[in-house]
Amino acid sequence: MKSKDRNYFKILRAGINTTYQDLGRNNLYHIGIPFSGAMDKRNFQLLNSLLQNDYNSPVIEFAYQGPHLKYFGKDIFFCITGNVSFKIISKEGVIDGNSYQCYLLKNGDEVDIHSTNKSVYGYFSINGTFGVDYYWGSCSINTQAQIGPNNGNKFSKDLEIEIIDINNSFNKRKLDYLGSTIENIRVIKGTNYDYFSNSSQDKFFKESFKITKLSDRMGMRLEGPKIENIVDPNIKSEGLVKGVIQITSAGDPIIMLSDHGTIGGYPKIATVISADYDRLVQLTPGSNIKFKDVSLEDAETLYKLYQMETNNLISQIK
Amino acid sequence: MIKNILNLGDAALYCDFGSDVNQEINSNVIKYFYHIKKLNLKGITNLTPSYNKLIISYDLNIHSFLSLKKKIENIEIKENKKLEKNLIEIPVCCDNKFALDIKRVENKLKLKSEIILEKFFSKNYFCYMTGFVAGMPFLGDLNQEMRLKRLETPRVKVPKGSVGITEQFCNIYSFETPGGWNILGNTPQNIFDTSNQSNPNLVNPGDTIKFHRITLDQYNEIKR
Repeated sequence: MKSKDRNYFKILRAGINTTYQDLGRNNLYHIGIPFSGAMDKRNFQLLNSLLQNDYNSPVIEFAYQGPHLKYFGKDIFFCITGNVSFKIISKEGVIDGNSYQCYLLKNGDEVDIHSTNKSVYGYFSINGTFGVDYYWGSCSINTQAQIGPNNGNKFSKDLEIEIIDINNSFNKRKLDYLGSTIENIRVIKGTNYDYFSNSSQDKFFKESFKITKLSDRMGMRLEGPKIENIVDPNIKSEGLVKGVIQITSAGDPIIMLSDHGTIGGYPKIATVISADYDRLVQLTPGSNIKFKDVSLEDAETLYKLYQMETNNLISQIK
Repeated sequence: MIKNILNLGDAALYCDFGSDVNQEINSNVIKYFYHIKKLNLKGITNLTPSYNKLIISYDLNIHSFLSLKKKIENIEIKENKKLEKNLIEIPVCCDNKFALDIKRVENKLKLKSEIILEKFFSKNYFCYMTGFVAGMPFLGDLNQEMRLKRLETPRVKVPKGSVGITEQFCNIYSFETPGGWNILGNTPQNIFDTSNQSNPNLVNPGDTIKFHRITLDQYNEIKR
């Protein structure tokens, strides 16, 4: 491609844990490859809907601080979802952008994504398609196993992000949305719930746990009251799923997130319900979690409601 | 053969085949795993076989726990169906620079290093499962006199290719990752091949592994 025909972003600052993500890869747990994919699925879905992209188009995910990007090419729109502060720098000056709104970028313009506010993950994309390679049907970057585009690594300074297609019939759209917060994280009791003393079971639901800094796309480590194991601190290693809460030998909970190890040997006290996963991953280190016990039937219903809420938001985009 | 099916959260079936770890129970898990995989059921998002459990993850938009549980319970598998087994040879170098825990193993097992390695290389091992990280095989069983616990404090980084033992099992670290197994050597062979998308794992559940010992020169030759 001649350079004057190229449309691309140059990364002036990479931000923290900036990667391509989509809906992730399925049916690979048995060889040790987790789902990966966008941590916050609702914000991923809203972004592609706002930009009228295919529902599983690649987007750029960042944590805490986003990238600073300079654009080269013909006119293009971009949008950011999540609770994110960013600036758009053009010849006309500098403006503060709002999440869930589309903005025009011209050749030489810049987007500087300062931070996510009271949340962890934010999402950036354009009305078009990034030039990514697919691994097992997904372009999600799993930095732990080094799977995905960019050799499975997070973005770095000076990297160029290619755009291979721009949707020219696109009309600017927006959504009035303030995000959704939650008081308790709802869980279903785990397969090893009986491994823990009655008083620890009580504490697990009555007291709160603090999210530690040792939290990333693989897992979230919590600290709070020690959970006392009265059977065995280990189980025979077995499969894990997203949202499982294991109790380590030290008595601390650790929640499995999207890039988690597929097999684990700590007892499982509970599993976060699917409806609360997106909101769980947005909780920042230092904040507190309280768990609430729900039945399987309730969890299935709550998931349907959550999906209806998402679809309702998508229908409000105009 | 499945003793009980529970739910793991709201989007996975937890199929329990028993509490013991042995090749008979594990072979049943693996038979179910391959059978269900072949059925290619819509809405199944993952199958995770382990020593004595099979976890079936599903799309909540397509299945509910009870409906999928019924489907799985109705599956019939011939007990006498033989597993397809491959024999895979893997070279391992036990030079001091790779055998990170040989001194510890000597002390704990009260055996000389040469005896330990001789015993280790004299057996074939069965692959119970793969996972934790991409491609890592969990193999067994070690002889009784070779069994010891994990390191008291796990290593933050176990080098890629390390071959470790704990309890009745041995494994190969397909990636550099944290881990607490006792490391006896290192293989120059790639255990997980990202570029081979149809079959990235060198070792799959049900396979048999034969380790053979190589010198440091041979190791470097293969690496090159």
